This record gives sequence, structure tokens and C-alpha cells, in this order.
Amino acid sequence: MKVQVLYFGELRETVGVASEVVALDLPAATVTALLHALMSRGEPWGDALSSSEPLRVAVDQEMATLRTELSDGAEVALFRPVTGG
Amino acid sequence: MTQPFEVRVQSEPFNFGHEYESFLDGDRAAGAVASFVGRVRQTNDDQDIKTLNLEHYPGMTEKVMREVLHQAQERWPLLGARVIHRVGELEPGDNIVLVLTASAHRHAALDACAFIMDHLKTRATFWKKETTPVGERWVKGRHSDQQAQARWHADKKESDHG
Repeated sequence: MKVQVLYFGELRETVGVASEVVALDLPAATVTALLHALMSRGEPWGDALSSSEPLRVAVDQEMATLRTELSDGAEVALFRPVTGG
Repeated sequence: MTQPFEVRVQSEPFNFGHEYESFLDGDRAAGAVASFVGRVRQTNDDQDIKTLNLEHYPGMTEKVMREVLHQAQERWPLLGARVIHRVGELEPGDNIVLVLTASAHRHAALDACAFIMDHLKTRATFWKKETTPVGERWVKGRHSDQQAQARWHADKKESDHG
């Protein structure tokens, strides 16, 4: 399955990319499985995603958790806590 | 009113007077209008701010803003609400966000305005980066903002992901 991964704010700067398509060699996957796949690439993903800074995840523009199931073609956004207003 | 419930994300400045007039155009029912304007401060966390850069998640931001207005509508008898949030590069003294709420009476308008602002702070997908004399830094979420949002849900223990 393939998912579209978006990075925002500080996380986008850290990984140096705003958006990418990630292929997961799995029939079904959760957010955790995606994060493990990204971290297995090494740096900068390893540090960025295992940092003690809080990580937020949205799947198809809804806030999600690590256990949220991903479907093929899902849009997964990764970012630090929001600071608007 | 032309558009009673409206959200906008834009890089252009907004004109408070123009927004107020157009929000209420032709209205005769709203006995109370509350407003909030958030602005760029010249100092933050003991540093002078040269510029503030705001980015957002197009699509999700507008969706969350509409959800927040919906929640406010469910809680108070609102006749209208408008939220405008700017993105891009801003300077101290610039306006960032405008919230307008209209109701028959003041308490609904005032409370809904505060509710909308507290939820935008913790839920809307915006991120701020400051440029100071010693470099750039991303603004961190504040615990006080989480508490401000939580006070509206003290009886329900609702979590809004923050």
C-alpha cells in the first residue's frame, strides 16, 4: 500500500521535505507501522520521530492516534502541536 | 447577513471596520456582537520579534475552523460568526486573527467568541515561527492554552487532541 505523507512546521524543516509518497510492504498498516518504516531510514527521520517533542498525526485531515488504521492512498500529516491564533 | 457563518485563511491583511460592517450588513436581530483580534506582539518569551511566519495545513485548517464554529453554534444561540486567520510573514503590530460573533444577547456572543478562540488555539492547524535578533525559532504550544480550552469541557472530559 502507498500513503501520502505530509510534514508541517518544525518537522518539515527537520526532515527537509514537505510531502512524499511512502510505499509500505504491508497489506494493512497503522500509524505506528508507518512511523517505524520512516524511522528505519535513519536520520533525520529517526531523531525527528523519536524525539521527546510531542508528535501529532492527522489521517485524511482528521486527528488520529498511533493505532489509527491506514488505507491505501491515505493522507497522513505529521507535525508538532499547533500554535495558531 | 450575507454569510452568517464563515471561515477564511488568507495572507492579505483584513480591515476590522470593513469586516464588522459586512458581517452585520442588513441585520436587525443581533443585539450583541463580540469581537476578538489577535495581533503580533513585539516581544515574546523575552526576545524582540522581528517577523512572525505562519504556515498551515490547507484543507484541514478550514475544516477544523468550521467544526469549531459548529460546536459554538450547538452551545449558544448564535446568529452568525466569522473567523479570519492570516498566514505568511507578519510583523509586530500586524493583525493575525479576527473572530466576530453575533447573538441576540451579550453573554452568548461573548462566551462563543472566547470559546472559538480557545479552540482555534489548540486545534486549528497553524504553526508559528519567530525571527528574533538571535535567530529563528518555532513557537511551542503552551500548557495555558490547553487549560483554556479544557475549561469549556470540564464537565464532559472531552479531549480535542492538543
